[in-house]
Amino acid sequence: MTLTHFFQHLANAVYLGSLYALIAIGYTMVYGILRLINFAHGELLIVGAFIAYYGILIFHLPWWLSFIIAIALGALVGMSLERVAYRPLRERGAPRISLLVSAIGASFFLQNLGLVIIGGRHKSFYRPPFFAQTLQLGDVTVMNFLFILPIITIIILGIVFLLVYRSKTGMAMRALAKDYPTARLMGININRIIAYTFALGSALAAIGGIMYALRYPAIHPLAGVLPGLKCFIAAVVGGIGNVPGAVLGGFILGMLEIMGIAFFPHLAGYRDAIAFIVLIIILSFKPTGLLGEQVVEKV
Amino acid sequence: MLELKDVHVYYEGIHALKGISLKVEEASIVTLIGANGAGKSTTLKAICNMVPYEGTISLRGQDLRKIKTHEIVRLGMTMVPEGRRIFTNLNVMENLLLGAYARRESKKVEEDLEWVFSLFPRLKERHKQQGGTLSGGEQQMLALGRALMSKPKLLLMDEPSLGLAPLLVQEIFKMIETIHKEKVTILLIEQNAHMALKVADYGYVLETGTVAIEGPGKELVDSPKVKEAYLGREVEV
Ligand SMILES: Nc1ncnc2c1ncn2[C@@H]1O[C@H](COP(=O)(O)OP(=O)(O)OP(=O)(O)O)[C@@H](O)[C@H]1O
Ligand SMILES: [Mg+2]
Repeated sequence: MTLTHFFQHLANAVYLGSLYALIAIGYTMVYGILRLINFAHGELLIVGAFIAYYGILIFHLPWWLSFIIAIALGALVGMSLERVAYRPLRERGAPRISLLVSAIGASFFLQNLGLVIIGGRHKSFYRPPFFAQTLQLGDVTVMNFLFILPIITIIILGIVFLLVYRSKTGMAMRALAKDYPTARLMGININRIIAYTFALGSALAAIGGIMYALRYPAIHPLAGVLPGLKCFIAAVVGGIGNVPGAVLGGFILGMLEIMGIAFFPHLAGYRDAIAFIVLIIILSFKPTGLLGEQVVEKV
Repeated sequence: MLELKDVHVYYEGIHALKGISLKVEEASIVTLIGANGAGKSTTLKAICNMVPYEGTISLRGQDLRKIKTHEIVRLGMTMVPEGRRIFTNLNVMENLLLGAYARRESKKVEEDLEWVFSLFPRLKERHKQQGGTLSGGEQQMLALGRALMSKPKLLLMDEPSLGLAPLLVQEIFKMIETIHKEKVTILLIEQNAHMALKVADYGYVLETGTVAIEGPGKELVDSPKVKEAYLGREVEV
């Protein structure tokens, strides 16, 4: 492999890694607070991508406005999902397994609703010229977005970290992850904080969905399943419930997926299996995931 | 200030509170003592609407039945729960700030933070340390400090001295008196019946979900009836 090729792959790997990181955060935050794997998270990617797609195609919005609206509506869909599929169960004290079943149901529902409304044919996502332009760096030719999107992602990750670790709401989220009754005693409105968590995770999913569609422009109602699954794995690899862990897991998976194929091109057919192999290896050495919480509690 | 009238609580099948009535007058210290399982914690949980109950509970004449647990602190009533329940995944500073979660005035919150740090210098030294890595005694101080950060008018404390060495227990009791001097009304649950009754203006002895004996703290301290009720029937053996 030449050096120029290497850098091309590296740009790709950073791009995919940061994309996975964004999506994995949603899984990990919801898990941290509800101890629930939000199986419908992958569908939220596609919701974001399709809203952006139709915003441009039908409403002729400028692409950036369409993206912003898609992110906002994505957050709203995520909050509504919690409202109809999870909260009623939670408030009746349903066992956690019921929530999980509800999550799987919500996932299938969204997939099939997509098939009914949108149809099963692939749509070609609009790639704004600004992103599609190529950049010539010596021998390396890369499309702009391979550079721009990781930068955007890193900025977004910075904002998310500020929110989670420096804001009052973030503090409430982390408190909730530990102890509901005591959090209530502090004056925290649990339902509201959970709604915020879903809004944040779903907005990130919508951003991830749009970024994914920019890279792989053939979008389809079921196209969220595989990236959703991989990002769930990324969250588990990093230690589910742990936000920095999700970012780490996302980068590891994205890097390995691209670099693995770059160095061993004949394994290209196994591309989607890499995430699972990483999962099995890491969990067998560290069952709580890389940054998974060791429980330190004194009585 | 706080009044319970004929409060009943049922846990699937168990009749845990069988008609408790009690009063906490403004600016007083009231203690609730009784053997394990008598229903002391349940009483506090009912007050904070953490368990369903029958009967009425009112704060300054306001019926608390419709008030949700997370709204209680805004009424000036704060609970230090049994077993401290600090947030082990947050650092000391964040735990304290969560105590002030419901407050808006950031200036005053900062002043109170200084006040809490002056009461518990240990917490100041360790303000960046994760809650879960504090010692048991430090965790209790943090739980108390966190409750004070809400600037309560009425403080409900569930066994603040549980599991502490005698010296620390005394320190906690001194702290309770200091807090009381700041015009905070206190409802104190204690296993250290003797010490609790000594600081209390009024005391209630709970026995399997009912108030067995009540009276001014000073009278109850020496009452043989209290010793008997508190220690249960084994005393006669
Ligand atoms: N969540 C619950 N479900 C069922 N029973 C409960 C529950 N909580 C408490 N109880 C029962 O209610 C009774 C009163 O419990 P409570 O915790 O109020 O006692 P307590 O006086 O605080 O005791 P301790 O001094 O040991 O803390 C006990 O018999 C207990 O077993
Ligand atoms: Mg108790």
